[in-house]
Amino acid sequence: MSTRGVFALPSPGLRWLPVWRRNFLVWRKLAIPSILGNLADPLIYMLGLGYGLGGLLPKVSGVSYLSFLSAGIVISSTMNAATFEALYSAFSRMHVQKTWDAILNTPLSIDHVLTAELVWAASKSLLSGLAILIVITALGLTTSPLALWVIPVIFLTGLAFAAMGLIICALAPSYDFFMYYFTLFVTPMMLVSGVFFPADQLPPLVNGVASWLPLSHAVLLARPLLLGEVPANAFGHVAALLGIALVAFYVATALTRRRLLK
Amino acid sequence: MRVTQLLKSYDGNEVVAGISFDVPPGTCFGLLGPNGAGKTTTLRCCLGLTQPDSGDISLCGRAIPAQANEARTCVGVVPQFDNIDPDFTVAENLMVYGRYFGIKDPIIRSRIPDLLDFAGLGGKDGARIQTLSGGMKRRLTLARALVNDPDVIFLDEPTTGLDPQARHLIWDRLKQLTARGKTLILTTHFMDEAERLCDRLAVLDHGHRVTEGAPRELIAAHIEPHVVEVFGDDVATWARSRNSLGERLEVAGDTAFFYCHDTAPLLAALDSEATLRYIHRAASLEDVFIKLTGRELRD
Repeated sequence: MSTRGVFALPSPGLRWLPVWRRNFLVWRKLAIPSILGNLADPLIYMLGLGYGLGGLLPKVSGVSYLSFLSAGIVISSTMNAATFEALYSAFSRMHVQKTWDAILNTPLSIDHVLTAELVWAASKSLLSGLAILIVITALGLTTSPLALWVIPVIFLTGLAFAAMGLIICALAPSYDFFMYYFTLFVTPMMLVSGVFFPADQLPPLVNGVASWLPLSHAVLLARPLLLGEVPANAFGHVAALLGIALVAFYVATALTRRRLLK
Repeated sequence: MRVTQLLKSYDGNEVVAGISFDVPPGTCFGLLGPNGAGKTTTLRCCLGLTQPDSGDISLCGRAIPAQANEARTCVGVVPQFDNIDPDFTVAENLMVYGRYFGIKDPIIRSRIPDLLDFAGLGGKDGARIQTLSGGMKRRLTLARALVNDPDVIFLDEPTTGLDPQARHLIWDRLKQLTARGKTLILTTHFMDEAERLCDRLAVLDHGHRVTEGAPRELIAAHIEPHVVEVFGDDVATWARSRNSLGERLEVAGDTAFFYCHDTAPLLAALDSEATLRYIHRAASLEDVFIKLTGRELRD
């Protein structure tokens, strides 16, 4: 592919839908264990930390620790679901099963495949976040109708992390490479973005850097909504997540073209 | 399908160095060459998956790579390595693949029984991929390549790794496809396969086209009609001293190859040698291939 070709803007149209549908059909075969797996881990964290640690704590940001933590768990499990899909599952389809190669022999192009993977990973993360949201509602941790606005926030968060994951997927020589992404980026981000405790507990410098991270924007949108408040600077956070998703997707497309269209 | 003056280099290495060919509809064209000759790169360029440095490609009336997505609607591909979806059954694989072409579900569904029959997979609709043998997977890949009823079919080493029964079945099906007017473009390492299937073929080496023609023409043009292969102890010395018994002599390891028009004097000489064994056979495409691309190993 020419240099201009590699850096051209993605133009997928709607022809990517059959690729999204392919991933959905595979997922449907294993839907029950997949949903349980996506639900169990975050719920254990939420209930374990929420009750165990929460019992020792006074109110956090004016609410019980469990209520405080629930928004962080919704967003972090959304991030994890989108990231795992865009790293491990997409990499399997690209590199191990060569599913993408088969698709590229049809009238579809890399733009279509990547758009489908992006939307699919975000769709899967939406399911994951939604499952937690339902449990939170059932436990009475959120009661405001504003909580419904968390649903688009989950999808947007999924898009941003899926797009970033696809960059790593395009660069990865093997599965082992993904450990760097988790150890150097995902895990530290979880600890500084207000998932488990208010980010303003951190030294101002760390907090300042953390406020730029995608996870912080998502948490700052989801937490007030679950507590029945309109988020401060909602437009700024949405714009940041959308901007991250678009730029990361563009970079992922260019890198994947460079990798596969040699 | 027409390719003109195709050029492609990677980091200054010319992988495809000015290849041209023209495949009329309803014929089978073979691309032969040792490993690294540029066959797969040529196929990738034809499909618009690799951008050539220069040259013109026309496929199904579309210019490649500018209109590659459109051109691939009328193309089927059997890749070198099977990439069937392991999570789906046989029929689901065809269904999902047909959708990538934008074909409506009822149309794909109506094509599946014929496709499976054609591939010798009738009644296997619901079979899981893990239960299929290597030959069955290859045939499913062939069926999948036909799901869009293509005019042109690319086959990259379609029978590598198959047992003789499976190879013969694939050959038979490919002949049926050309009889139906499909155009085939085939790469292979098997000279008997190329000789059987191809109406014309090109031998590539180091990115260049070494020769092109119908298999019989190439054999007639490049090789004496008879080959006698002689093996035994110290055959090299024996053969070199009887160099004049054939038009051309090649020694490789402990085998001497005599290429002749008239084999009678050589066979008479061999009959008096108790320690030497020999095979007398007609010249084949493999002899042409070896003559043009040499005997040394390619990595």
